[in-house]
Amino acid sequence: MKQFAVAGKVMTLLFTAAFLVACTSNDTKEQEAAAAEAAAAAAAAAEAQRAAAAEQAEGQMRLQEAAAAVGNVFYFEYDSSTLTAEAQRALDAHIALLQGTEKTVRLEGHTDERGTRDYNMALGERRANSVRDYMVVNGVASYRIETVSYGEEQPIAYGSGETNWVQNRRVELK
Amino acid sequence: MNRFSQVMAGFTLLLAMSAAHAQLTIEITQGVDNPTPIAVVPFAWQGAGTAPEDIAGVVNSDLSRSGQFSPVDRRDMLGFPSVQKDIFYRDWRALNTEYILIGRVSIAGQMRIEYELYDVTRQTQVFSAVEEGSPNEARMLAHRVSDRVYEQLTGIPGAFATRLLYVSVTRNPAGKDYYRLTLADSDGARPIVLLESREPVMSPSWSPDGNQISYVSFETSRPAIYRQDLRTGAREQLTNFRGLNSSPTWSPDGNSMAMVLSKDGNPDVYIMNLATKRLTQITRHYAIDTEPTWMPDGQSLLFTSDRGGRPQIYRYNLKTGNTDRVTFDGSYNARARVAQDGRNVVLVTQRSGQFHIAILDLVTERTQVLTSTALDESPSIAPNGSMVLYATKYGDRGILAAVSVDGGVKFRLPARDGDVREPAWSPYMRR
Repeated sequence: MKQFAVAGKVMTLLFTAAFLVACTSNDTKEQEAAAAEAAAAAAAAAEAQRAAAAEQAEGQMRLQEAAAAVGNVFYFEYDSSTLTAEAQRALDAHIALLQGTEKTVRLEGHTDERGTRDYNMALGERRANSVRDYMVVNGVASYRIETVSYGEEQPIAYGSGETNWVQNRRVELK
Repeated sequence: MNRFSQVMAGFTLLLAMSAAHAQLTIEITQGVDNPTPIAVVPFAWQGAGTAPEDIAGVVNSDLSRSGQFSPVDRRDMLGFPSVQKDIFYRDWRALNTEYILIGRVSIAGQMRIEYELYDVTRQTQVFSAVEEGSPNEARMLAHRVSDRVYEQLTGIPGAFATRLLYVSVTRNPAGKDYYRLTLADSDGARPIVLLESREPVMSPSWSPDGNQISYVSFETSRPAIYRQDLRTGAREQLTNFRGLNSSPTWSPDGNSMAMVLSKDGNPDVYIMNLATKRLTQITRHYAIDTEPTWMPDGQSLLFTSDRGGRPQIYRYNLKTGNTDRVTFDGSYNARARVAQDGRNVVLVTQRSGQFHIAILDLVTERTQVLTSTALDESPSIAPNGSMVLYATKYGDRGILAAVSVDGGVKFRLPARDGDVREPAWSPYMRR
């Protein structure tokens, strides 16, 4: 939004300058003064735009760093597709980053090895959907989000027991 | 595709076919208390050179694996008779064997196996028979011999001349795993890799005539249901919907396929007419409805649903459209498969946090837990209803195991490498 506002200001200034030039074409002094003023204004506006863009790029980079810091994997409790408070905080960082871009994302839902494979396919989809729904509620357009469930087919940790299972009950944002 | 890559593709395929990836071996862990002693004498080879296949050896291991028989060790046999007049009953009685199987193998274009079973105590012939077929199918002919012997002595048709589908995975710590869909004989011999992928392959299932299979593959980076003809190799993608495309199972008449789709936002059971590809929605519920399977009469479907809070088995009557709950014993019952008798249902049940294979008798409504390992899943019942093949974990590796429907016989089929899972036992193969 900031970018649009700055661009608008530049357009207005340029337009005003051109108008002034057109109106006072008979008086060379005034014309020169107006032209100089317009050029200065345009330069100032361009500078403002550069500054705003730089600020925005910096902001985007900060958001990227924030998103990278929380990681792109969100974990779940056993047989649950409810987002934990921690997962929500992590997702907030990704949502803030997405709001400055038009990027699309893919959410891959996974489960641990307990339970049947096809039931786990459905559970993995539920997990991916609950991440998607949270993102949509918080302003990311649903058409930008693709969800795929892998069920228990692609574990991070192969062993059994909670230390392994907890790593596998997840949604990965890609 | 240029010539070189064609050659390379052929080479890769050949490698995949010849490599004994995930070749299964068999370890019998439990048999019946009083298995019937039987002597399977090496069959006489009536051709030049050495016999192309040890037919009696295949029969011997089939009968042994069933847990119902204790075959006599070849090394203990005092002679290898191949015709009735050479049988000295006294010698066989001394080995405490009740039956003796003898036979002769020849090849004149076709392979021909002539064999006879004798009762050692009564000194009479029980039956004689002949199997004929392509020499390339020698092992399958041997399994047919086993089927006949098994049926004569137990009253139940054998299911040795059948095949298995299973999925194996080779872990690749450096990147994506290798998934393979493999077809093998019922004893794990002659494995053929039907599909190899870096993306998951799941849910293999058989057409009722045993000529086609279906499965789910993620090869397009999304799940899709495919069917493949085993005779021609022709493959067809049946679905490509947004969301789940899972659990394909063929109807008993072979014309339709039940499957699970979540294209409308929620996993529901659908039936696809395979000729028209038209879909009929079967379940409409905000819960997870999945893992459909057909009753043998084709009149109803069993499926898993957590509409009651936890996964349980439900039955949908295709005639009336009524749904009723089938399982009540235990807090988690899922992925049912029905025996050909329409009475025994094998499923996955959770007890004290562990997942076991159980059998539910639909008539008495009694459930018997058949296994004691912790992560048992994907039960598949033999076409004769005698054994249940399932996937379990042994150490931290996925292996296949089998248990008889009365829980009396158990064996494992560990693979040499990789994780093996999702066994699907074929129907009787059409001859």
